[in-house]
Amino acid sequence: MSETLVSVQDMKVHFPIKRGVFFDRTVGYVYAVDGVDLEIKRGETYGLVGESGCGKSTLGRAMLRLNEPTAGKMTFDGQDFSTLKGEELRKMRRRIQMVFQDPLSSLDPRQSVESILVEGLRAHDLDEGKEATAKRLRELLAAVGLPSSALRKYPHEFSGGQRQRIGIARALALNPDLIVADEPVSALDVSVQAQVVNLLEELQEKFGLTYLVIAHDLAVVKHISDRVGVMYLGGLVEEATADDLYAEPLHPYTRALLSAIPVPDPQVEDRRERILLAGDLPSPANPPNGCRFHTRCPWRQATKCDTDRPVLREIKPGHKVACHYAEQIQSGEIQAHEVKPILVEEGDGLSPDVPLVGPASVTEALNP
Amino acid sequence: MALLEVRDLSVVFQRRGEEPFTAVDGVSFDVEPGQTVGLVGESGCGKSVTSLAIMGLLPKRGAKITGSVKYDGTDLLKLSDKEMRDRRGRDLGMVFQDPLSSLNPVVPIGLQVTEVLERHRGLARKEAMIEAKDLLDKVGIPDPNRRLKEYPHQLSGGMRQRALIAIALACRPKLLIADEPTTALDVTIQAQILTLMKELVQDLGTALVMITHDLGVVAGLCDEVNVLYGGKVVEKAMRHKLFAEPRHPYTHGLLASIPRLDAPRGEKLTPIKGSVADNIPWTSACAFAPRCPNALDVCRAETPAEEDQLGRLLRCHNPVVPGTPAAEEVPV
Repeated sequence: MSETLVSVQDMKVHFPIKRGVFFDRTVGYVYAVDGVDLEIKRGETYGLVGESGCGKSTLGRAMLRLNEPTAGKMTFDGQDFSTLKGEELRKMRRRIQMVFQDPLSSLDPRQSVESILVEGLRAHDLDEGKEATAKRLRELLAAVGLPSSALRKYPHEFSGGQRQRIGIARALALNPDLIVADEPVSALDVSVQAQVVNLLEELQEKFGLTYLVIAHDLAVVKHISDRVGVMYLGGLVEEATADDLYAEPLHPYTRALLSAIPVPDPQVEDRRERILLAGDLPSPANPPNGCRFHTRCPWRQATKCDTDRPVLREIKPGHKVACHYAEQIQSGEIQAHEVKPILVEEGDGLSPDVPLVGPASVTEALNP
Repeated sequence: MALLEVRDLSVVFQRRGEEPFTAVDGVSFDVEPGQTVGLVGESGCGKSVTSLAIMGLLPKRGAKITGSVKYDGTDLLKLSDKEMRDRRGRDLGMVFQDPLSSLNPVVPIGLQVTEVLERHRGLARKEAMIEAKDLLDKVGIPDPNRRLKEYPHQLSGGMRQRALIAIALACRPKLLIADEPTTALDVTIQAQILTLMKELVQDLGTALVMITHDLGVVAGLCDEVNVLYGGKVVEKAMRHKLFAEPRHPYTHGLLASIPRLDAPRGEKLTPIKGSVADNIPWTSACAFAPRCPNALDVCRAETPAEEDQLGRLLRCHNPVVPGTPAAEEVPV
């Protein structure tokens, strides 16, 4: 058994932007994920962080092939997952399960908890008679800390935290190797968040699970992950162990991100120096050339940054960063400077000079 | 005298055929000019209803408001609708959580800013537009001339929130109420908005009431912090005091349950057991008792009174002894 459970190579997910009523013409692409390589070791927790729109959820979904990736390859436990088809793919999916962000919309309101949990077991022929299944369900509920009376209830009868436990039990039911958790706690109140975070950690110890945790909250990710990958606009910009990343962030974006997160301690807050990023995230439909971050980067240099896209390179053992000038920034040779915010186009981000031919609406199409 | 004096504010929602529900239960606090007061708590603790009650935005029917909200000496709760309309936007500004649903989607940003200026300051449209441009510039919106003509959907989340702040500040209100102004935003944008609000308080001497669930935001921004639970203030203190020595088991538990960025890894979080659904009414008990690790028998039999302890208000029968580590492990 090799140490690596999942390996992703040059994964790309591009969503076409369509225009027109009768003939869909593709007028551009949203480069949601644009060339990501990563490896997840057996038994570890890999945390993927980034702000909204950076492509972290799309990457997670593409790994499970809930969105078909445009290009790239994923190997799961030595097998090529990206070429599997039909029945083989379905069987393989038993080993990769997902926990979603919003437990209310990811649980069918008309299904009882029992039916939610049994469904997966039946689909994968793991339903071994009434008694064995009943026992398995009780085990599952006990593992996630719900009473067995929960089986006959429906999702609306539970609180947010309890619903997320049901979602976790559903993922656990099939004995998966990998659980992809997309924002597992962000919909929950802080006091309940901690319960779910602790539960995820306990289950990992008990069942030897491997996690891919996708979240925007770096504090939560740092708490539960062994290694963390930071995404910006479709690409990984830095990857390191959780402690290294916090102690010594090398990429300018990671530095800014870390400095922006409020810490519940006034003394720390008063002493902190904030690196304020100017402007907004550029549109992934029209990403900047060169380094994706150069439009907002306080350490931007005159050469290379706006022309060459930096690749993820290993600077220290286990610490990778995608920045041309990471060493110079770290040694203090390059200092931060003021950045003027640049206008960011909202919407589909198409440049105005793309001619939009074709009818704008159905009425226009019918009455030319 | 403080600029805003909220005394014993209670809001009871009464629907026909249903038990009355007390959302806010005797909340009192003061805000001085240039001061930032935080109201913190989880969902359902009454923090947003408090702000709506101060602004007079609760429905007349169905919501029973008692107590007093004195702004500069006048009780806002006693004003007529018309008088209140004259004050809202001029003396009292409000920033809401979700900028997309609080801006009018079919009116350009410019008109939404000038509307306030025309209504309250009697400016002509042209003058108001020039002023609006300055306002957008001040809150850090690049290329304000173009943005004035655009609609809310054309702006990003952070820009929309800035536009909303510009509208709230248009008449230089002496009091600004911000209800979760950064919750819908990304952290780097949140940092921009919080820095902006801090500057406004410093430069204009605006009194700010900050409503949030994020203790990190409170730690950096607020002078005084009110922790709400089940509609009552359970602990109130200056921020340094509150964070260094939380005495109420709820505040204490809340701080222990947040993963901190600067904490060493591998430290277990200590969650508060149960959820707000377990609350019992305040009438003859402490609402937090079912979730409280320090609960005694008296906690379920008597409503704890508010006690003043050297600059800290505390509502608890059995407060946390300073220096105690987080409560014992709670079974998951």
